[in-house]
Amino acid sequence: MSRLSTKFAELKASGRKALIPFITAGDPYPEFTVPLLHEMVAAGADVIELGVPFSDPMADGPVIQRASERALSHHVGLRKVLSMAIEFRKTDQTTPLVLMGYLNPIEIMGYEDFANAAQRADVDGVLTVDLPPEESENCVALLRERGIDQIFLLAPNTTAERIQKMHQVGSGYLYYVSLKGVTGAGHLDTADVDQKLQLIRANTDLPVGVGFGVKDAETAQKIAAIADGVVVGSALISKIEANLDDPQQAKHEIIALLKSMRQAMDV
Amino acid sequence: MTDKYDMPDARGHFGPYGGIFVAETLMPAITELNEAYQHYIKDPEFLAELDADLRDYVGRPSPLYHAQRWSDHLGGAQIYLKREDLNHTGAHKVNNTVGQALLAKRMGKTRIIAETGAGQHGVATATVAARLGLECVVYMGAVDVERQALNVYRMKLLGATVVPVQSGSKTLKDALNEALRDWVTNIDDTFYIIGTVAGPHPYPAMVRDFQAVIGREARQQCIDQAGRLPDALVACVGGGSNAIGLFYPFIEDKAVKMYGVEAAGDGVETGRHSAPLCAGRPGVLHGNRTYLMADDDGEIIETHSISAGLDYPGVGPEHAWLKDTGRANYVNITDTEALAGFHTLTRMEGIIPALESSHALAYTTKLAPTMRKDQIIIVNLSGRGDKDMHTIMQREGISL
Repeated sequence: MSRLSTKFAELKASGRKALIPFITAGDPYPEFTVPLLHEMVAAGADVIELGVPFSDPMADGPVIQRASERALSHHVGLRKVLSMAIEFRKTDQTTPLVLMGYLNPIEIMGYEDFANAAQRADVDGVLTVDLPPEESENCVALLRERGIDQIFLLAPNTTAERIQKMHQVGSGYLYYVSLKGVTGAGHLDTADVDQKLQLIRANTDLPVGVGFGVKDAETAQKIAAIADGVVVGSALISKIEANLDDPQQAKHEIIALLKSMRQAMDV
Repeated sequence: MTDKYDMPDARGHFGPYGGIFVAETLMPAITELNEAYQHYIKDPEFLAELDADLRDYVGRPSPLYHAQRWSDHLGGAQIYLKREDLNHTGAHKVNNTVGQALLAKRMGKTRIIAETGAGQHGVATATVAARLGLECVVYMGAVDVERQALNVYRMKLLGATVVPVQSGSKTLKDALNEALRDWVTNIDDTFYIIGTVAGPHPYPAMVRDFQAVIGREARQQCIDQAGRLPDALVACVGGGSNAIGLFYPFIEDKAVKMYGVEAAGDGVETGRHSAPLCAGRPGVLHGNRTYLMADDDGEIIETHSISAGLDYPGVGPEHAWLKDTGRANYVNITDTEALAGFHTLTRMEGIIPALESSHALAYTTKLAPTMRKDQIIIVNLSGRGDKDMHTIMQREGISL
């Protein structure tokens, strides 16, 4: 059983929901990331989604685009992110770590080399935004052989047929993107999400994390009431962007936000 | 490769290239588009309307012109120019936008978006949107907005909203990113008219099929005028739509050589270029697998070309396939060589070409003298040069 499956099983047994923060590796500078990951775990994060910076983040809104640009200005690419994962694992052997990004860095490294490197870094899951299940066969097989979960996105307009496809090829959990749009956009409609979750659950028993539009403790609580996990990204990265002259303040605000979410979710 | 050419497969693959690599939110829209496209491309009523628009609105067929003086000057093959510069809006781009706009109308979409580099595709899109009374938003890199000010003004006159894109390298690739973001957000009422043979399936095949009118006409015109097929085809390649448009109807004519001309910018050896087929590697960007300019981490490298329309780090997946199979040859031409080609045609034939097309002309000046006088080259003169006056004046230190 992978670390992700174990984690979601434990949470289920204790009646809790997963808090899943997303941050872009290397934002605002490379040394900031690994200590932040540890502090996020201490603040109550169950799973970490670590963003691999990409020059052309087509599915991301301005906040995460700028995070990528800041990280890339320090030359943080896939290799550097894998080395951060190794560093993180030195002192945390239990928290699942998911790499989230775009396909091209993996294509250029080569699927097999990437799968080997991800295994060496003891990464638990890979979420590739622009790799739909139809094109994922080779990559998924190589990751699965190494015990690494491939996590797929679901959208508001995803059909039952496609949910079944994700169920077949995906593992670990599914990430439901609750809005049509890019990351960091718009407002969350809990009733819509609830309705969609029923369709998703009718077609898969994989845990479902919900993201896009989770901004504060209140939205986290609402989502936690209906989903298996709550993903928060742009709201955290906004703290980095608002405190570029004082990254420690950014870290302080990120941790405070995560703690308030954890508390609200556990009520 | 067998003699029969029937690429792509049902999922949009040209061998290992092409495909559908997009975020999940776009999948239903792409499925909807593909179903509509597969239906209407065989629908006699749709095709009749398209033919009528190409004739009466675009002004097709475009002439195939024997550039006799230039041919004599070079002393080799006879050069024929396929005059896409004479189309309405001044480039080949309109062949595709007319087709996709008709499709958008059939699909009940009320809002059109597009990306543009040089502005030719943006103008061609704004034009058809105006004609059909559809809302139109064009994304354009901020750098391109600057260097193609005239086309920006044309789009605005036509009623389009031009959004300068400030992210990344602020050029065509970033405009494409932003258009994709818009599409994901407004997927219900919006039709995305991609201007080149890239993007997720069905775009590479669909844009090719709309542009193939260039090659179908040229093939027949060459037979009519010269009594036989040409020996070589030459076209510039950015994303590669004018090149595929010319090449595609000749793919099974094995004796016809094909040359796609990429932009070498300052020279391929300097790293400052836009020549992924000549000096890039396979990867995935903007929904398809193809040759790209990427570094060892897979980050996309900034491209350089004097021509905004060729300033793109990827290329249509069908070109990647034609390169690997050896059916087409891909070469490159520097900014300086392209400028020389620009002046040559202007002074020799009284035709002012676009800087994009000037790359194809510059390669022709190298190719023609290596061929016999009874041989024929067809060059795709994909656009006219009016839009480039400012760039050329700046480059050559001229002010009015």
